[in-house]
Amino acid sequence: MAKNNKTKKSKLDKKNSSKKSKTPKIERDWEELGLMMGLEIHQQLNTKHKLFCHCSTDLTDDEFDDGIIRNLRPTQSELGQIDRAALQESLRDMTFKYESFNKHTCLVETDDEPPHSLNREALDICITIASLLNMKMVDEFHTMRKQVIDGSNTGGFQRTGLAATDGYLDTPYGRVAIESLGLEEDAARRIDSDNEFTQFRLDRLGIPLAEITTDPSMHHPEQIKEVAYMIGQVLRSTNVKRGLGTIRQDVNISIKRGARVEIKGVQDLDLISEIVEREVQRQLALADIKDELIKRNASVEDRVYDLDEVFKDTSSKILSSAKSIKAVILRGFDGLIGKEVQPGRRFGTELSSYAKKMGVSGLFHTDELPAYGIEADEVDAMKKFLKTNPKDAIIIVAHDEDIALNALNEVIRRAKMAFDGVVEETRKALDDGNTEYMRPLPTANRMYLETDIPLFQITDDMVDSIKNNLPELPDAKKERIKKEYKLSEDLANQIVRRLLGDSFESLLAKVKVDPTTVASVLVSDLRDLRREGIDVSIFTEDKLVEVFSLLKSNKISKDALKDLMLEISKRPNDNIENIAEEANLTLLSENAVKEIIHEIAIQNESMIKERQMGAMGPLMGMSMKKLKGKADGSLVNKIVREEIQNIL
Amino acid sequence: MTYKEISKEFLDKANVTIGDRILVSKDDISYEGILLDRSEDAKDAYIVIKLDSGYNVGVNIESATIKLIEKGDKPKIGYSGEKIEKDSNKDNISIISTGGTVSSIIDYKSGAVHPKFTAEDLLRANPELLDIANYDVKALYNVLSENMETEYWVKAAESVADDINDGADGIVIAHGTDTMHYTSAALSFMIKTPVPIVITGAQRSSDRPSTDAFLNIYNAVGAAKSDIAEVTVCMHNSLNDGDCALHKGTKVRKMHTSRRDTFRSINSEPIALLSDGKLKSINLPYIKRGENKLKLNTNLETKVALIKSFPGITSDIIDYHIDKGYKGLVIEGTGLGHLPDYMVETLQRANDEGIPVVMTSQCLYGTINMNVYSTGRLLQDAGAISGLDMTPETAYVKLAWALGQSDNLDEVRKIIQTNIAGELNESSSLKYFLN
Repeated sequence: MAKNNKTKKSKLDKKNSSKKSKTPKIERDWEELGLMMGLEIHQQLNTKHKLFCHCSTDLTDDEFDDGIIRNLRPTQSELGQIDRAALQESLRDMTFKYESFNKHTCLVETDDEPPHSLNREALDICITIASLLNMKMVDEFHTMRKQVIDGSNTGGFQRTGLAATDGYLDTPYGRVAIESLGLEEDAARRIDSDNEFTQFRLDRLGIPLAEITTDPSMHHPEQIKEVAYMIGQVLRSTNVKRGLGTIRQDVNISIKRGARVEIKGVQDLDLISEIVEREVQRQLALADIKDELIKRNASVEDRVYDLDEVFKDTSSKILSSAKSIKAVILRGFDGLIGKEVQPGRRFGTELSSYAKKMGVSGLFHTDELPAYGIEADEVDAMKKFLKTNPKDAIIIVAHDEDIALNALNEVIRRAKMAFDGVVEETRKALDDGNTEYMRPLPTANRMYLETDIPLFQITDDMVDSIKNNLPELPDAKKERIKKEYKLSEDLANQIVRRLLGDSFESLLAKVKVDPTTVASVLVSDLRDLRREGIDVSIFTEDKLVEVFSLLKSNKISKDALKDLMLEISKRPNDNIENIAEEANLTLLSENAVKEIIHEIAIQNESMIKERQMGAMGPLMGMSMKKLKGKADGSLVNKIVREEIQNIL
Repeated sequence: MTYKEISKEFLDKANVTIGDRILVSKDDISYEGILLDRSEDAKDAYIVIKLDSGYNVGVNIESATIKLIEKGDKPKIGYSGEKIEKDSNKDNISIISTGGTVSSIIDYKSGAVHPKFTAEDLLRANPELLDIANYDVKALYNVLSENMETEYWVKAAESVADDINDGADGIVIAHGTDTMHYTSAALSFMIKTPVPIVITGAQRSSDRPSTDAFLNIYNAVGAAKSDIAEVTVCMHNSLNDGDCALHKGTKVRKMHTSRRDTFRSINSEPIALLSDGKLKSINLPYIKRGENKLKLNTNLETKVALIKSFPGITSDIIDYHIDKGYKGLVIEGTGLGHLPDYMVETLQRANDEGIPVVMTSQCLYGTINMNVYSTGRLLQDAGAISGLDMTPETAYVKLAWALGQSDNLDEVRKIIQTNIAGELNESSSLKYFLN
């Protein structure tokens, strides 16, 4: 088994290295690094109503009716401890504004009415997903409150419950354990954020989400991408929402020398391997920094120093405009603050992302000074004032007194963690594949029972009736489509992968034409048109049925399909047959074709006589060029052959 | 432990109790975690396990086996805090907790919100309160407000008087919201106060981050420090965590089952608005600190009923109460203050037997006027006493109190129609509706 894995991995590595990447690829031995990864996938369900109220699950861009202003506070959980992630967020003392709607949202979303009973439709979809992933449903569903006090939930908690456990999914890289399936509420949409408050829209709050968690058994970046893709395929065979933002991936990563880090909000599957690579890079760099700090016998001072005196005459605009300038001393950290941990991100960035949670926009450190208008002699004066030695680093924050103090206390806290190497954190995926600190990893403490919702028993009958009507899984669908419609492996694969199966079958049920032609229109022509910048959303099923009907009644040739669609896109409301005629794309009658080819044959009589049947090729070329999609190729072929024979 | 029958036997056999770490196995699945208690009303044959992920899961124990992995303690809820110091520069506010959502916390036993949180816990959960005053805290009793009984009003009034005598600069009473307006009316009639007495509560329990308890209490303390020496109710003024409204204790009513701004002044405006623990604006004249001397009058007649009229109501409802020895009745009549004319006779009977009948309106807004329609005049002739612009609840409390002062019908009528604690307005402002 182990051997088998290894060969697979080496193949993967090759595949990986041949790909273009934004960073110079370092070949890593993932096994040696002890890379462990798990996935958490959140998928919105396409139910009629929200999970705990009767509001619609569609988002809205309407003008909101009320902006409700709220504060949140952390509380004790069931086990008598305040969750550290929740506490951290609360220190920021944030005020939130919620956009509510008279029509689209109700008092449940504003946390002014207790939740209604659990949405059965959502639970049924969960049973379907659980069955497809070979999971065991729980006997009784308990809705929990998971504390999240970043404002994204008006109650200060997300309602969530464990629906199923212990499943698996077979993948090209072996079996992956699916640990759990949760059913939970989506959070409110973050619209805007300023100094005063963060603004959320309530339309998304409460949309049912399935949360699928794999075990952390994946060892290769390409593998995790494939598994994410496959789970996505399973989900899309059920009644889930489609489109941007309806599915979100989180990745858990750790290496032997590092610690578990949860990376939130990976939108683009293609970015997963880049994110993994960069996170590994970061963990290794932090581990190196740890070793170096221990070697240097470095330490962090608990004291925050006042530098107002030192910089009272500074020419630096950033410093002189701040109400107070403060600093901390990191003994023995010199040079390490500027050490790169990810492309374009330094260890100093890690410190500053903690400080930023307290409301500062950044910090200065001695590894980058003099800069920002701070002169070299000022840096020297500061070092003298603080009596630091050359091996020390100084971190400076310029802001209001208490904000600067809080920020630097966070820097102290984070700097101390550097002695443990990698910190367990929740991080946010950035567009370039880097990650940024969000909050500490949540602990189990943040879960307690939602007492407003009754416990819900899931019986065998409920599960069995759904199990007997499961949707077709992507692989099975591909095999069936391939066989039933005699498609090539590649076409069938593309149809299923790109979720075109339903459209494909529905089109063929309405108009009986060659399946391969329909498949290539869906797979290639539409994609080509989109790449040319054409809005292909106008090609609804009805429109495509009309197009294929022209083909079926021999009014156009299949070679003219793409040109016809291009013409339609220019005037989508016009009659398609008229468009075909006006664009000169309709087929000529057999006699007209004969006439044209006859003409060509006469003109080339000497060539025909000379080459005999060898004139087929050039003559076909000339005829097709002249007829340009206005005649079917096989007909042209037949007539050309006849004409040649007539002359000989 | 509230496990019963099948599940109790299952757990007892394995010597497992709440808080233990256990492994429950069935043929195709097993769960490991901490055994939690289960609410008494939930289905038997299931046990609740908290998994390491934090999720609770209910496991059907039919054909399951259980294994004790580690004994554990039942988790306890409560704030273990350091001693709270007093500062001589700050006002001394007495906080009295009586139960209700404002002092509730998740109850492990039943899995429901339960009033178990003491006044002291309340301070520890809301340490910002310590910045604005010194506190004496006591838990007077712990009842959900729907279980509140009239003798609790007496206990509360006596406790408030004790605290005022002990030098409290203001009183805050944490109370359940369902019957808060009854208590506020009762205290209004029973106490003449030299200091503010502010009742507050919460619509969202203190165990959730979005609780309204903090803002309400914080502003209630602000009101208790103010110059407004009346019995008031301090609650959210809107859905925002912004201002709180300070309502007159006799002119306030719970008007929504669940909204934060459920309390509204009826036939009145809030006396004041508060923000950040300070008075923000004043709408009505009020009795100032020290204007009244403390006077306690807790005599109450508890055999008083509040009866709502409806199309098809019959006289026997009134007769029943007379027969059962009720000493006074408040009618929540229709419109301007009506009962069907066929009930005039029964009302006359009550009057003949010396039982006062006070008429209020189910419209809630507006003043009783029994001169406009003939039925009204007949009701008056039969002895019905106009409750004027009092809410039915305030009229109910006032009648109980009036009967505690006198059993003479004319005396009671006089008390009902005399303004004692701001419950009666001579004129109705245009602003007194749906505000």
